[in-house]
Amino acid sequence: MKDFIRNARQRLLEETREQNPQNDVVQEERETRMEGLWVRCEKCQEIFLAKELDKNCRVCAKCGHHFRIAAPQRIAALLDPDSFIEWDAHLPTQDPLHFPGYKGKVEKSQRETGLAEAIVTGQGTIEGFPVVVGVMDPRFIMASMGTVVGEKLVRAIEGACAQRIPLILFSASGGARMQEGVLSLMQMARTSAALTRLAEAGVLYISVLTDPTTGGVTASFAMLGDLILAEPGALIGFTGPRVIEQTIRQKLPEGFQRAEFLEQHGMIDRIVPRTQMRSQLALILAMHTKTEGVTANGPTA
Amino acid sequence: MAQPLEFEQPLFALEAKIDELRHFSQEKGMDLREEIATLEQRAQELRASIYQNLTPWQQAQLARHAERPNAIDYIRANIQDFIELKGDRLYGDDPAIVGGIGFFQGRPVTVLGHVKGKDTKDNIYRNFGMPHPEGYRKALRLMQQAGKFGRPVLCFIDTPGAYCGIGAEERGQARAIAHNLYAMASLPVPILSCVIGEGGSGGALALGVADRIMMMEHAIYSVASPESAASILFKDATQAPRAAGAMAITAERLHKLRIVDRIVDEPVGGAHRAPLEAAHNLGAAFAQELASLVDLPPAELVERRYEKYRQLGHHLLMG
Ligand SMILES: [Zn+2]
Repeated sequence: MKDFIRNARQRLLEETREQNPQNDVVQEERETRMEGLWVRCEKCQEIFLAKELDKNCRVCAKCGHHFRIAAPQRIAALLDPDSFIEWDAHLPTQDPLHFPGYKGKVEKSQRETGLAEAIVTGQGTIEGFPVVVGVMDPRFIMASMGTVVGEKLVRAIEGACAQRIPLILFSASGGARMQEGVLSLMQMARTSAALTRLAEAGVLYISVLTDPTTGGVTASFAMLGDLILAEPGALIGFTGPRVIEQTIRQKLPEGFQRAEFLEQHGMIDRIVPRTQMRSQLALILAMHTKTEGVTANGPTA
Repeated sequence: MAQPLEFEQPLFALEAKIDELRHFSQEKGMDLREEIATLEQRAQELRASIYQNLTPWQQAQLARHAERPNAIDYIRANIQDFIELKGDRLYGDDPAIVGGIGFFQGRPVTVLGHVKGKDTKDNIYRNFGMPHPEGYRKALRLMQQAGKFGRPVLCFIDTPGAYCGIGAEERGQARAIAHNLYAMASLPVPILSCVIGEGGSGGALALGVADRIMMMEHAIYSVASPESAASILFKDATQAPRAAGAMAITAERLHKLRIVDRIVDEPVGGAHRAPLEAAHNLGAAFAQELASLVDLPPAELVERRYEKYRQLGHHLLMG
């Protein structure tokens, strides 16, 4: 077994030396998988069994680097077992502008991810506290926000409002989806409008920013949380760093637009490592629960 | 005289020829009325064929025309006793967005607009109409003030997009835009927004959550500029004309998609050919839309606005 690991590492290192890493921050995939078994951390170069990485919520056990995580995996790690009920799973994605190549792109993402769209929404519990959750999946067209993503968000917000259950949204997105044009832009207005109702109802909304959260998603619901948390190292901004560099023609400072940068500039409440996310959220939920009528495993009567 | 765009050149050449003939006939005392009339007829036909068949990319060029009237021109023509109000009370003032109060047809209103400059110096001062967070926060402050004092809000949208730079990110560009969307959704006074030139992405939308969304006939409204969409989608910024066609950015297309409520007619050839006529048309459209909103109780106004956005795009969503 030890030999096998050593050989595998050796082969992996040779492979990566040959590769020319792409520097596209939004697109970048910080890992190299080998035969589906081994994963190398791009930050500290440590090699793990993929299974081990998954067990640790896809956080590098050595350096704490947060790998991107698929929506179903995050939901499984976050919610109480078997508590999740998905909403609007099959809302059909349309191609309202008949945009060249869009249908094929959606179908490809659907095949590769097993998801119908770039966000999974529904309700469940965290340590018994009922929550409505929405989790974006960056594997699906960079979790860009088009009509269906916007509609699922609006329905999740309205559902949380109607049931007076706290809402937690995990953002990860390249922004508005180009292929649906201004309709995508309007999802920024629609989600923000829905949140005004949630606020009027006095229902808690926690926004969790994960890598990467940019563009129209940052400039709408993601920055409107009562509490805004972020995962360590997550890229968060309005304009992506590449475009800024091209515009101002200068190199961006180290750590620019990372979660720590936003924390320093007062844009988020706190950074929470993924491995502590569930317990932190449970604590926050507990502090927002009115004592009367609450049981350990159910909503208020 | 306006500078011709590429597709306008045959028309401008013809117009120049007509002018020349007029001068010539006056100077020499020759009767060229018949010839001039024939050419006028041809110019008329050419105008119709050019401006009624604009491609989305040609629309974009008109929308960005250097001589196109800006928000300040429309304010001057439509708002009496305009008083500019500056500053976000947090960091600074942003000349890329102008804001203030004045009378619109005898009624006090709050006015907000992105402002592109008229020349290089003005454009540098106005940052080419690309706001920093301060601009959006100023707009938010003035909108909330409008809510407090029951004044309708008129917005003129004309920006390539929110500015992308280090300072803008540090001071929370995304948050500033998000907060405007949020505040506009429940502002208890009528909001009318008109895209007068270029409506570029979230930076435009931050003045665009409204009871009525309007567009000037040759304005464009897009999720990203055709250039950046082209570089993202086709990996080639020179494919902008193609991206402009694919994205549905024109007033006509967006009206058909039921995103835009009303198209405001422009003079033939674009607003810059007769700015006062364009301003008059916009003023008349604002007045008409406002009349249907001012008597609504605030709660109903907000409810209707919510429903408007709730339903937006639904007919497309359900295939
Ligand atoms: Zn590591």
